[in-house]
Amino acid sequence: MVTAVTNLGRSGLYDWLMQRVTAVILLAYFLYVGCVLLGGVDYPAWKELHAQTWMRVFSLLALLSLGAHAWVGLWAIFTDYLTERLMGTTGNVLRLAAQAVCALIMFTYIVWGIQILWGY
Amino acid sequence: MLQVSIYRYNPETDNEPYMQDVQVDTGGKDLMVLDVMELIKSTDTTFAYRRSCREGVCGSDGVNMNGVNGLACITPLSETVKGSKLVLRPLPGLPVVRDLVVDMSMFYAQYEKVQPYLQNNTPPPAIERLQSLEEREKLDGLYECILCACCSTACPSFWWNPDRFIGPSGLLQAYRFLADTRDTATEERLARLDDPFSVFRCHGIMNCVNVCPKGLNPTKAIGHIRNMLLSRAT
Ligand code: SF4
Ligand code: SF4
Ligand code: FES
Repeated sequence: MVTAVTNLGRSGLYDWLMQRVTAVILLAYFLYVGCVLLGGVDYPAWKELHAQTWMRVFSLLALLSLGAHAWVGLWAIFTDYLTERLMGTTGNVLRLAAQAVCALIMFTYIVWGIQILWGY
Repeated sequence: MLQVSIYRYNPETDNEPYMQDVQVDTGGKDLMVLDVMELIKSTDTTFAYRRSCREGVCGSDGVNMNGVNGLACITPLSETVKGSKLVLRPLPGLPVVRDLVVDMSMFYAQYEKVQPYLQNNTPPPAIERLQSLEEREKLDGLYECILCACCSTACPSFWWNPDRFIGPSGLLQAYRFLADTRDTATEERLARLDDPFSVFRCHGIMNCVNVCPKGLNPTKAIGHIRNMLLSRAT
């Protein structure tokens, strides 16, 4: 069994399932938002929609899904291309750096997103 | 005249690999690629490749022909040559020993990992362990693999992680024993596969299915393994 400490769920199955579930949530969210936009909204209606708790929860769920989805996907990409096998020890350094940068960006987006959702 | 471009590398004399152009007179016949290789070898004995059965049974002569992996002995020129040029390279992703001969150790190491033999510690019956026709049918499309490595060396996930991703060939064999009703080690087998690399590096690109000279479908077997892991966990 191959172990990896930086993947999200410790097991390949968990990551795989997470990737699928978050994809469905994101699809539902963007379809819904897309429909609303296509239906034509003005600023008050848009603000009204996002003031409702269920919409905030839905948005937060989509945001968290985006974070998890991106982490699982990028983790797979980094462990494919930034590896010791391909570029020696540099690979390990680059991979950890890339993962740290991604983690920071996602964390920032999530905190910032919560602030936006509940801040207005 | 057929234009053949061959990957040549002899670590004892060459600093790096190079492509050698050779003209081959096929006599206007639709030869198999292996026949062309034999013609070349008859004039240049230093040209190295593996072959044995020359009928698609042993799996020795997996090579990359015009960019596609396959068995040279059962690939007719008409199938691979578009125009008048044939480019022969070793199977991608594995270390080259010499010319078209690759070092298959990593491929076999993955095969070994799946413990490709029947495990059953219950006392054997007097004659043999029986299966129903339906149970036996589940092994069709799995047991025929000849371990030619055409699939695993066509798989990008295997190129990047040949030490951690088992690869289509090994996973097809893993499922061959997971699907066998006589094998009792299912749980242990699954437990060994549930990490982020062994199975889940497969992204369903299906290069493996495209090249398998035996017409097998590793992607489907991988899907079955994933479902078994899923139902085991939920
Ligand atoms: S389907 Fe999976 S195993 Fe087959 S080539 Fe694609 S990634 Fe590799
Ligand atoms: S699955 Fe097909 S391509 Fe892969 S090793 Fe077996 S016979 Fe060769
Ligand atoms: S020589 Fe045996 S499979 Fe081609």
